[in-house]
Amino acid sequence: MSLVERVRALLGDDAVDVAATHDGVPRVAPASPDAVALLLGTARAEGWRVRIEGAASWLAADAPADLALTTRRLDKIPAIEPQDLSATAEAGIGCDLLRQQLADRGTWLALDPPGLAGRTLGSVVATATAGPLRQGFGSIRDHLLGVTFVTGDGRLVQSGGRVMKNVAGYDLTKLEAGSFGAFGVIVLVHLRLRAVPRADRTLVLEGSREDLAQVTDDITAAGIQPAAHELLSPALARRERWTLAVRFAGSAALVSAEEAGLGAATEGRFTALRVDEARALWTHAAECFAARPVTFRVGGLPESSDELLDLLQHQVGDEWISASPGIGAIRWGGETTADRLRRLRRTLAGLEVPLTLERAPWPVRAAVGHFGAYREGVGPLVTGLRRTFDPGEAFVVAVEGTE
Amino acid sequence: MTTTSLVEALAEIVGARHVRTALPERVTYARDGLPTHRRVPGVVVLPGSRDEVVAVVRLLAALGIPFVPRGAGTGLSGGALADDDAVLLVLTRLNRIVKIDPSNRVAVVEPGVVNVRLSAAAAPHGLQYTPDPSSQTACTIGGNVAENAGGPHCLKYGVTANHVLALEVVLADGSVVELGSPGGEPWGPDLTGLFVGSEGNFGIATRITVRLLPVPRAVRTLLADFPALRTAGEAVSAVIASGIVPAALEMMDQSCIQAVEDSVYAAGYPRDAAAVLLVELDGSREEAVAADSDTIEGILRANGARSVVGAADAKQRERLWLGRKKAFGAMGRLSRNLVVQDAVVPRSALPDVLETIGRIASSYGLTVSNVFHAGDGNLHPNISFDGRVPGLKARVDAASGEMMAACIAAGGTITGEHGVGLDKLRYMPMIFDGDSLAAMRAVRHVFDPDERVNPGKVVPVHACREWSGVRNVEWGVLAP
Repeated sequence: MSLVERVRALLGDDAVDVAATHDGVPRVAPASPDAVALLLGTARAEGWRVRIEGAASWLAADAPADLALTTRRLDKIPAIEPQDLSATAEAGIGCDLLRQQLADRGTWLALDPPGLAGRTLGSVVATATAGPLRQGFGSIRDHLLGVTFVTGDGRLVQSGGRVMKNVAGYDLTKLEAGSFGAFGVIVLVHLRLRAVPRADRTLVLEGSREDLAQVTDDITAAGIQPAAHELLSPALARRERWTLAVRFAGSAALVSAEEAGLGAATEGRFTALRVDEARALWTHAAECFAARPVTFRVGGLPESSDELLDLLQHQVGDEWISASPGIGAIRWGGETTADRLRRLRRTLAGLEVPLTLERAPWPVRAAVGHFGAYREGVGPLVTGLRRTFDPGEAFVVAVEGTE
Repeated sequence: MTTTSLVEALAEIVGARHVRTALPERVTYARDGLPTHRRVPGVVVLPGSRDEVVAVVRLLAALGIPFVPRGAGTGLSGGALADDDAVLLVLTRLNRIVKIDPSNRVAVVEPGVVNVRLSAAAAPHGLQYTPDPSSQTACTIGGNVAENAGGPHCLKYGVTANHVLALEVVLADGSVVELGSPGGEPWGPDLTGLFVGSEGNFGIATRITVRLLPVPRAVRTLLADFPALRTAGEAVSAVIASGIVPAALEMMDQSCIQAVEDSVYAAGYPRDAAAVLLVELDGSREEAVAADSDTIEGILRANGARSVVGAADAKQRERLWLGRKKAFGAMGRLSRNLVVQDAVVPRSALPDVLETIGRIASSYGLTVSNVFHAGDGNLHPNISFDGRVPGLKARVDAASGEMMAACIAAGGTITGEHGVGLDKLRYMPMIFDGDSLAAMRAVRHVFDPDERVNPGKVVPVHACREWSGVRNVEWGVLAP
């Protein structure tokens, strides 16, 4: 019996689409977490190599594999609890659909990940790709109450729960977030929500990078606490010069007071955007990254932001950069080679700054790896965890590069 | 190796006066903050540096001897207790604040630094370490990392895991690994996040890099009193739904109020209230905090508060908080023993669950006081009892089990900040199936293949599909 016939027998005819992928790899779309477990248990037994896909709008669906497991049919939202500010969603739901349904119930997931609006929730969690709102609301893991995932040998594992605090058992949720699917296919996510902000305001200032770095210092010194505080390269902001975009979100009183504080700290140099202008700015800044073949992030100390930006400019160019100088996080997008990425990672490692490759064509991912330049002792732990969760090496994930 | 030669070898590393072998000395480490578990460790050793920790752990690895890391012993789950075949490794001598970097708002500390000391050291820079467990004047940052400790102000600012950026960790074999980075981006998968809250099972954090936050420039503290516990619970839901996130939102019931008001920590809580809410709002803008405070006050009144009083000054605010943070101590007046429970429910379930807990306590003839982090739905039903009364401890255990079951039935979990330790082992199969427990145990094996670090805690091995004979001493009540 062929692989396709076997899978059809397991999950039904409509779970398999042989023609859908560009490289001829049969795409399988299980309709439930149990079906994912059944499929991966069989994959382990048969020795099939599996690549994990969401909407295929972020990480390219190009890893060599025997089958592509897509979470597209895991698109339900079992619970939205406005009173508790929590929700449970399947991993294959598009972020745009999720956001709309949450808004209809007066709730908000304070995440603005890079990429297209239809990116799946599972993709955002698995790659831990937070956007500018990381300044005020933290990284992806800070929005997760729990996850359910399926290991490479078909075990359904639950971590965390749907309440605000939870220290029962080890925190496998944090291990899953940002592991690029190396430890399992995320099928269900419990989310921490916020009420839709009563006020949401974005202000921008154009200038040289040096000038805006000084403005950033002024903002920090004034104790202003923006939801987003993002330095955007000219191409990303579609402006002549670098742009510092500051966003406030919360109660009307909070936003009004913070805006006044920003004006006082920067001598009124910022310009407030209309709602549609603000939406266009943030949407463009997010979607641009999906249009470039390579994206990576680096995380340094706030004071090192300028030095890191200089380094990126020197080694890979600075056309597409979105940086949160207040917390030292930088995202870069563009075209580059595996050799340059390796060199950059080595240089950054010397500065104690990790580089995480977020997306790239498979040959680059395979050569460079999502992660690398591990600190002492980390490599064996990662290897041990991979063996634990994927003993048959079913998942095709470029955790580390070939170097 | 004999016990004598083990002691000599340990003394060689840390100095003889930092090895405790006499029974009266070891007995002082037989409990943590929870009085219902007692274990007398075989040997107690107090290393004074990272290198001494490494040397001790390597020695124990070579001998195959289990060990238990311990901070100040303020934990509430029996998590830092060692059996007589294990070495208790006390980390309180590693108490240096290595670095405070105000520009980047990070600090590097050793595990034995007392929580409140870090905020005190950061204060001259206008910064603070935000996680503030009630025991913060005694508990250590290392213990906070092991338990992923919370505290009242975690409602707005998050628990320990949200503030730990990087760790230096000594594994079971004595090797040293570096997890995370000062900027917060991990070198690979988020092993820092995995380590925090692992209750000492994955190794010993010997150096901890944490995020500091600015001390809020504006603070408003409100005390609201309610005629019924249910009404107070409903007011909590209304505050949360408003979209304004208070820095803290704490509840105390009448029994707790009386205990505090009868103690040296009397805070002026109204004695006739069925419950009080302590609500704190903070931020960088006085006008915004004032406006949000007014909104919250309106919500509290609209939801049944008899009165809402704002702290007039810093002194009164401090007094209100001292009463709350010392409530556990004050409840010591109620009886000889106190079991501090810890569970979390969805916030909207608070009114019903509080009533259920009251009914369970009544049915067992027990006194329960509630003081808890209402904004997070993190309950602490505290059962006062006299352990000398025959059969009473068994009733307390049974009532605790029913309370946990009620919280789970409401969609909650068995611990929000105290950890599983020994105390909650028996409840783990109520919220995790065999595959999930087996996965946790397998992860532990990556860090500690022989389960020598803090053995018998967190995961009830009998419930794991892949059980292979390792014992949990106390587990078994709910065994299938």
